[in-house]
Amino acid sequence: MEYFKNIIEGLSTTAKGMKITLNHLFGKKVTNQYPDEYHPILSGDIPPNSRNRIFVDMSGCDGCEQCNKACPVNCIEIETVKVAPTDENVPLMNDGKKRKFWVIKHEIDFAKCCFCSLCTEVCPTNAIQMTVEFEYSEYDREKLKYNFSDLTPEQAAEKKRIWEEYQEAKKREQEVKK
Amino acid sequence: MENNFLYNLFGNNVWFYLITIAIPLVFVLIYALIAILGELKIASWIQDRLGPMRTGWKGVLQPIAEVVKLIQKEDIIPANANKALFNLAPYIMFTGAFAAYAAIPFSSQFVPAHLNIGLFYIFAVGAFAIIGIVMGGWASNNKYSLLGAMRAVSQMVSYEIPIAFALLSIAALAGTLDLQDIIKQQEGGIWNWFIFGGNGSLIKILFIPFTISLFLVHFTSSLAETNRIPFDIPEGESEIVAGYHTEYSGMKFAMFFFAEYANMFTVSALVTICFFGGWQSPFGDFLNSPIMQSVWFVSKAMFFVFVQIWLRWTLPRLRVDQLMFVSWKVLTPVAFVCFIALSYWGLIK
Amino acid sequence: MLEKKTIDIDFSQVEAERMRVNMGPQHPSTHGVLRLEVELDGEIVTDVVPHIGYLHRCFEKTCENMTYPQVIPYIDRMDYISSMNNEWPYVMGMEKLMGIEVPERIEYIRVIMAELNRIANHQIAVATFGLDAGAFTPFLYLFRDREMILNLFEWASGGRLLYNYFWIGGLQRDVPPNFKETCLEIVKTVRKTNAEVMELLIGNKIFIERTANVGILPADVAINFGVTGPVLRGSGVPYDLRKVEPYSIYDRFDFDVIVGKGEMGTVGDCWDRNIVRMREMEESCKIIEQAVAQMPDEPKDVRLTVPKRVRPPKGEFYAKAENPKGELGFYIVSDGSAKPYRVRARATSFVNLSVLPVISKGYMIADLIMILGSLDIVLGEIDR
Repeated sequence: MEYFKNIIEGLSTTAKGMKITLNHLFGKKVTNQYPDEYHPILSGDIPPNSRNRIFVDMSGCDGCEQCNKACPVNCIEIETVKVAPTDENVPLMNDGKKRKFWVIKHEIDFAKCCFCSLCTEVCPTNAIQMTVEFEYSEYDREKLKYNFSDLTPEQAAEKKRIWEEYQEAKKREQEVKK
Repeated sequence: MENNFLYNLFGNNVWFYLITIAIPLVFVLIYALIAILGELKIASWIQDRLGPMRTGWKGVLQPIAEVVKLIQKEDIIPANANKALFNLAPYIMFTGAFAAYAAIPFSSQFVPAHLNIGLFYIFAVGAFAIIGIVMGGWASNNKYSLLGAMRAVSQMVSYEIPIAFALLSIAALAGTLDLQDIIKQQEGGIWNWFIFGGNGSLIKILFIPFTISLFLVHFTSSLAETNRIPFDIPEGESEIVAGYHTEYSGMKFAMFFFAEYANMFTVSALVTICFFGGWQSPFGDFLNSPIMQSVWFVSKAMFFVFVQIWLRWTLPRLRVDQLMFVSWKVLTPVAFVCFIALSYWGLIK
Repeated sequence: MLEKKTIDIDFSQVEAERMRVNMGPQHPSTHGVLRLEVELDGEIVTDVVPHIGYLHRCFEKTCENMTYPQVIPYIDRMDYISSMNNEWPYVMGMEKLMGIEVPERIEYIRVIMAELNRIANHQIAVATFGLDAGAFTPFLYLFRDREMILNLFEWASGGRLLYNYFWIGGLQRDVPPNFKETCLEIVKTVRKTNAEVMELLIGNKIFIERTANVGILPADVAINFGVTGPVLRGSGVPYDLRKVEPYSIYDRFDFDVIVGKGEMGTVGDCWDRNIVRMREMEESCKIIEQAVAQMPDEPKDVRLTVPKRVRPPKGEFYAKAENPKGELGFYIVSDGSAKPYRVRARATSFVNLSVLPVISKGYMIADLIMILGSLDIVLGEIDR
């Protein structure tokens, strides 16, 4: 008796399963055809606070290195040079304050970044932000190191030179005073 | 041979033979492409997604892309494999699958070889697949492939028995092994098909449960013969990676692939011939010209191919010992009982 | 240079019929990089030795050099499927240590996020279990629903799988404006799909034949090994941390503890563990509905009680919570500075995996795959 019950159960559950899949065969499909007909960023479906590629606005960054200390995986490298008082055309920062440091290297290695957004929380000027950009794959791992500083190497060398000259001038003044 | 339109056209010369061979070959190749596309698309639609959409218009050129991909792959042969058997296995399997097409009638005017033991021939040639699988599994020099091949042999041999009983019952009912005769006995519309008892008086309603169970037995066993889910233990996937064709790549894998799809059509064709009237139109004499007949036949067989694909994506897989249980303890007794009942019906008809 | 070594084998002791098969780190069915050394007698399994460590990332040592807020991204990455539940015991323990009292709204949001993550985790567990059995379709149905949950998490926290959302003393961000409506929609969809999956997969005769009476775990063996979660409850022991030692505000909600009763086989087989997970999804839906109805709207600032500097007093604590896979615990020793002295995670899957060699003796290889699937392990947690 058990034997016949098993056969009937087997056939009936198979038929029920087949009915469900048949309903889905003629139902609505949920695929979004990316990138030909649909793009999450252009269609606005992606949440604006989605944590993808980082962007640093240099006009707000003054080299306090808070983001560096907050990063759990040490993917940020920062090098700064102090602004000498003898330096002319020093632009103001984006909140109007005077600039104290030139940031000559602000490099984020996106192969190491874990997208936790702890760096954005601690920045005092909100210069470092997470954007929604997620299509930035490269063939070469070295290309994933993004340098956000807006000083060319010659300008960086120039700034260093100005600072060193200022230091030298101060030392000479102090020796003269003695 | 007299009823063959090609013979009437060409006479008994070499062109006749060449074209007779060419037609099923071309049909199998085109059908395999359509079946691959059908499997991909139907699987996707069942799973609420769109499937291949970028090759050609809505993905119709996907099978060509697959074939090109398989052809241009590197042919890898494992180091300690038995080279002769390894190279021969896929071609034997495809030959076995394709040889059955010699006896399948596409319409009343075209059957490549009109054998009067057609039913028996198709059944016998289907055993070639077993040889191909065992050769492939053994020659791969891989523990998992050997396991898959052993399971495949035990599965396919056990499931030949319910099929044999089913075909025997049909032969008893029709009184002949010739496929064209079996189909001719089912003329006169849908009520005369063997699934409803064949040509006879109203007493046949008593025998309809037996024909329907016989049809279910036959269909289930043919799922096992072609190694489809729920009986796809030889191809394992989750357990033994890919079973007997783990080590194959490139054109040889394509041959295994083709052989499986060709086999699917063969068993579907057998089911339609035996139970659903072959190339007979369901309206009796209306729409029964030879060209319409081939359309009816191909569409009925394709419907059963669709059912096989549908079942694959619905059901989970059976374990090896449960598979054996189903074959020996469920399908064989049911087939035997139906055989007795239907031979009695064939006698009193 | 390598020296030549001779290996002395006493051939009279070698078992001639047993075969040692390696189900290697790369295999479609071991849920992650797990290596199983299986000793077979024909098709029957006589011994299983799991080898782990392929995903070891030295969390616990690395966390000793991180400040307390920096530890949270590392904790996310342990059991990467249910990250919200991972962060909760750590955050709870730190708040007790520092004496911070979190406003009620935060607690309600935490409960809703944790229960949504529990549903997401169980969806993966059931889907991959079906995949091991050979049913490919329920996998896609369940993952389609999981997309809705992950979308909500992305709107709330910014990440889809790894959130960094529970902070010490509060949350990282406030929830999006249409949070309550989306939660109720998710609950409705999950219930509908679960009914379908019950008919398509769980009630299917072939699936029942594959999983009933397979991998029976008796209740006393389970308790001796220390397994928790659906594996323990599937053996008939009604132990759920949310009811036994209610933490946070779980004592305000009305839900049942699902226990395996051996409906289709014996108590404690694979089918029971699976049905416990399916029914727990329904219980989570109930909790979410109650929490959404009871949630207060004030205070809106979720960082009200987040301390500026996290410097806990000297001490140690062990905090535990009910992860979807079982009991997850954190033992943290603090020496008064900004960095912890020791962070130790009592990983759920690590303890659950230890019971595998015991319950898979005498079954076939196909059953071994099903048993491994029903234990629901994640290698990120086992290896840390």
